[in-house]
Amino acid sequence: MFDFLIEKAIVFLPLIAAIITGFADKRLGDRNAQLLTSGTMVLAALLSVWLFVQVGLNHKDAYVVPLFTWFASGDFAASWALRIDTLTAVMLVVVTVVSSIVHIYSAGYMADDKSIPRFQAYLSLFTFAMLMLVTADNLIQLFFGWEGVGLSSYLLIGFWYHKPSANAAAMKAFIVNRVGDFGFALGIFGAFLLTGSVAFSGETGVLEIARHVDADNPLPGILGMSFDTSIIVVTALLFMGAMGKSAQFLLHTWLPDAMEGPTPVSALIHAATMVTAGVFMVARLSPLFELAPLVLDFVTVIGALTAIFAATVGLTQFDIKRVIAYSTCSQLGYMFFAAGVGAYDAAVFHLMTHAFFKALLFLGAGSVIHAMHHEQDMRKMGGIWRKVPVTYAYMWIGSLALAGIGIPFLFGPAGFGFAGFYSKDAILEAAHAAHTLTGNFAFWAGITAAFLTAFYSGRLIFLTFHGETRADKHTFDHAHESPLVMVGPLVILAIGAVLAGGVAYPWFMEGGHHGYGDAGKHMKQATDGATFWAGSVVKDHDLIDKMHASAAWVKILPLVMAVSGLGLSAIFYLLMPNVPKQIAKTFAPIDIFFRRKWFFDEIYDFLFVRPIQSFGRFLWKAGDGSIIDRFGPNGVAGASQLLARFFSSMQTGYIYHYGFVMVAGLVAIITLFLFGSGFAGQLLSGGN
Amino acid sequence: MDNLPFLSILIALPLIGALAILLLARGDEETVARNAKQVALANSTIVFVISLLLWGGFDRANPGFQYVEQYTWISQYNIAYRVGVDGISVLFVLLATLLTPLCILSAWDAVKTRVKEYMVAFLVLEALMIGTFVALDLVLFYVFFEAVLIPMFLIIGVWGGARRVYAAFKFFLYTLLGSVLMLVAIMTLIYTQGTADMIQLVKGDLGLAQNIQIWLWLAFFASFAVKMPMWPVHTWLPDAHVEAPTAGSVILAGVLLKMGGYGFLRFSLPMLPDASESMALFVQILSVIAIVYTSIVALAQEDMKKLIAYSSVAHMGYVTLGIFSLNELGINGAIFQMLSHGVISAALFLIVGVVYDRLHTRMISRYGGIVETMPRYAIIFMLFMMASVGLPGTAGFVGEFMTLFGAFQSNMWIGILAASGIVLGATYMLLLYRRVVFGKLEKDDLKAMLDMTPREIFIFAPLVILVLWMGIYPMPFLDIMSASVDALLVPFVEADAAGVATSN
Repeated sequence: MFDFLIEKAIVFLPLIAAIITGFADKRLGDRNAQLLTSGTMVLAALLSVWLFVQVGLNHKDAYVVPLFTWFASGDFAASWALRIDTLTAVMLVVVTVVSSIVHIYSAGYMADDKSIPRFQAYLSLFTFAMLMLVTADNLIQLFFGWEGVGLSSYLLIGFWYHKPSANAAAMKAFIVNRVGDFGFALGIFGAFLLTGSVAFSGETGVLEIARHVDADNPLPGILGMSFDTSIIVVTALLFMGAMGKSAQFLLHTWLPDAMEGPTPVSALIHAATMVTAGVFMVARLSPLFELAPLVLDFVTVIGALTAIFAATVGLTQFDIKRVIAYSTCSQLGYMFFAAGVGAYDAAVFHLMTHAFFKALLFLGAGSVIHAMHHEQDMRKMGGIWRKVPVTYAYMWIGSLALAGIGIPFLFGPAGFGFAGFYSKDAILEAAHAAHTLTGNFAFWAGITAAFLTAFYSGRLIFLTFHGETRADKHTFDHAHESPLVMVGPLVILAIGAVLAGGVAYPWFMEGGHHGYGDAGKHMKQATDGATFWAGSVVKDHDLIDKMHASAAWVKILPLVMAVSGLGLSAIFYLLMPNVPKQIAKTFAPIDIFFRRKWFFDEIYDFLFVRPIQSFGRFLWKAGDGSIIDRFGPNGVAGASQLLARFFSSMQTGYIYHYGFVMVAGLVAIITLFLFGSGFAGQLLSGGN
Repeated sequence: MDNLPFLSILIALPLIGALAILLLARGDEETVARNAKQVALANSTIVFVISLLLWGGFDRANPGFQYVEQYTWISQYNIAYRVGVDGISVLFVLLATLLTPLCILSAWDAVKTRVKEYMVAFLVLEALMIGTFVALDLVLFYVFFEAVLIPMFLIIGVWGGARRVYAAFKFFLYTLLGSVLMLVAIMTLIYTQGTADMIQLVKGDLGLAQNIQIWLWLAFFASFAVKMPMWPVHTWLPDAHVEAPTAGSVILAGVLLKMGGYGFLRFSLPMLPDASESMALFVQILSVIAIVYTSIVALAQEDMKKLIAYSSVAHMGYVTLGIFSLNELGINGAIFQMLSHGVISAALFLIVGVVYDRLHTRMISRYGGIVETMPRYAIIFMLFMMASVGLPGTAGFVGEFMTLFGAFQSNMWIGILAASGIVLGATYMLLLYRRVVFGKLEKDDLKAMLDMTPREIFIFAPLVILVLWMGIYPMPFLDIMSASVDALLVPFVEADAAGVATSN
């Protein structure tokens, strides 16, 4: 019980804190609740960093901390266990660090709320579920964490339960995610039938079996399909789960609405951690996805579409949180198309840097909202940068990192810049280097989205902080910098947004045949030994070689797009503030199309929500009422006047009738026994 | 101690308790009511403790029947008083003995008229439920199986709501059909096999022609399908639930519905394996319709109890789906689903009862925002709402997941269609929770509502523990059933093997 204490502490401390805080609630007191949950989180974060150093940098072998069997039946078995490898360690650091900062920040942001212990408990509960997700050693525990974060997300989006819009958003998030989980669950079934296991580790685990499959050694297909078809079905179903959780095109509609939750929640769950679970899942199952090139193409296209779709919507939103929410959606698209072209390392790299700068942006936005008395509409802000200088600086750092500002080729081949510069460029290079139809599509979509990203980032900054203020006088006069408990912890995120890319680039993106010998074409086996990833995600060294050999313009173009996007937004919103309105008027249909989010909500409402509601009423009244009951019990009674009168006249006498029928039955049995060859005997002799 | 007739004691004790209440309760009405409640509670608690001993002494490795007792009744046809439990039925006995004391506790203040008779009805009901699950003789089973309905009718009819006559009448018509046909099937079995001994009969290989098997199967099916209830013979359930008092709904959903699933496992599968195999797809299709149809109907409900009743039909759809997947995951999952539904639906009906006792209405629109005044209630409701939705970590997940898994294994399309219940189930439950618990607290009578009393919390405590235990560490329950389920599957595994052999 006391072995692997560190691993267990990281995962279960947040759970313990959540339980104590949740149940003690008011008796614990606000301050104690904050201290307990934040303290345990910080401890978990420190332990996670230590673990990351051990596994990622000191190349300790991946290992599993067994807990106990969850459920089993026949060949099927699912265990509670904690798997620690590099992929997990990266996620542990991201989750616990951002969570710690959000826990502390919330002490300031939620200071006026009347349910502080409940809020802190939900945050810790979420973190526990997320940690279970990233440490899962089998698909079932992954699913547990998956649904657990869904529950916490539901609870936190609907935290202000008296607001109808918050309740609606919470429900929408849970149900849209369930649509994804429907696919995920079926994918798990299929993966088990295909590989005979749901476990990750070991020779008989899903991953190891998938690594050994090739054209010469295919697995038997399932359910009457060939292996090629089976693997496509299975991975496509699994990816459906990822699309729901990571708000990808078609299943993205819940994420913007989730901004109804308190801003720290948006930063933690809907930017840095939970929504990246889909990317994590694809990376974790990369050996499986590698077997289905068609599905990887699909992943690439969906990612690219999301990147560009969400960016166009982000251009037109006025709610500061919604702009960042669409930005998150768009950046997740980048991560997916990176995975789709086989650059799982780049996907997780961007996941990590994005966690820093996007959490910084959200918490910075929270600071602005706090300063402006819970105003979120950028049309009612402006000119406040002198009043909130620290927040203003943070927002610039976050935006520059998001836009991917950096100088290629400076100080070495990777260039030099903000965190997002390294990871985004790695993704774009990978998409370009893949030399596939879908890779090229993703590359150009990514380049376009890079321009749009820079543009809406600049727009956000200029609308919020610059120009003449559009806030009412009272709000503007009382605007103030947030307390130290809020802006203090953000330093860590700001440092991450500046440095994480440059520091981590050599770890995450190491590889290529240079220095790795001639270890086969793809080196997809888990034999990468003492490297950073050590086989925890599939590493395509050919692709990395091609990335290194990319033409100069591939590295320069993203920067050109980012700078021109920022520049154009400065012209539009700083120098000529009337131009955007003019353009919106001139291109009204496009503006409306983007602003109304491509009409997805309206279409889904028309296609699914309303029909199912009225269908339910129809089935109930017409199906159960007019058909089954009419021709069933009521019909039987109606057909026989006598029978109906018999029953209705007896009022409560039916019990005796029932008893009578039963006794009659018994009498019938006995009679038959007494008189030998009865009805049943004849039936049988007739039947034979 | 091994020689004690455990099962007969379990059946007899509640009857003795009922008799004691009837004969011995004297004095003014209040005293009688108090004494009756105390005796009933003490009695049912003792029965529960004894059933725990039964569980403790149960040999998990043995797939056959244990604690068997036999006393000859009609020797000519080998009809006897035979009781015993295997890994499947022992769990249902526990479910019945657990829920009965909770029902009695829940009625403590809620039932004010004819308290003595109410308690007697519940004790008799308990004895008959246990009898149904332990009976190993066709005639004895028939007697228990049908007699269970008499106290249930009384509970609905005497302590029920306004439209109780219609509800009971509907139930009567449905059940009448099933009973008569099952009776014919039982008689046929006795005639052809020359014995009513189920220990013999469940070994299978009855030498019945395929067409006779099918007819017998259909006759049993008529009875069990109504009990489950399966679509389209489910329409009695919402009415029965709405009219029943809280404790009646708890027992109805918690235990009585399981008698149908138990019947399939005890009769249809082992005694009529060929017919079960050929009818499997038919049942699975009905199950999928049940899951999708009733989930959608549940969306439109305005009465809390009716909504949960429809959700019960959907959840029982997973049970029949799992059983007729005819594989290990499916059947283990189905049994587990019945147990977890027994706990979850019982809790959900108790949850409705808590607010019904306060406001005397079940209309969803009359509520809203009660999390403000009843935070403890909101937490417990949330837990069971999520369990009903099948959130991993709760009991609801394991059964739902395993049955869907089994179904997917037997037929991918059936599995995919049934899995849509994952989405629909979440929708109606979240909608219910949102409309009742969340929102602004605006109605004046809701503002005066008090949170749950210690007695109410005490009732929920064992259910809360169970729903989490069964969700996080369900192995003790799965272990106990697995040997018996493996034995049950032998004919189907052989048939599969034979099928593969011929197709190659």
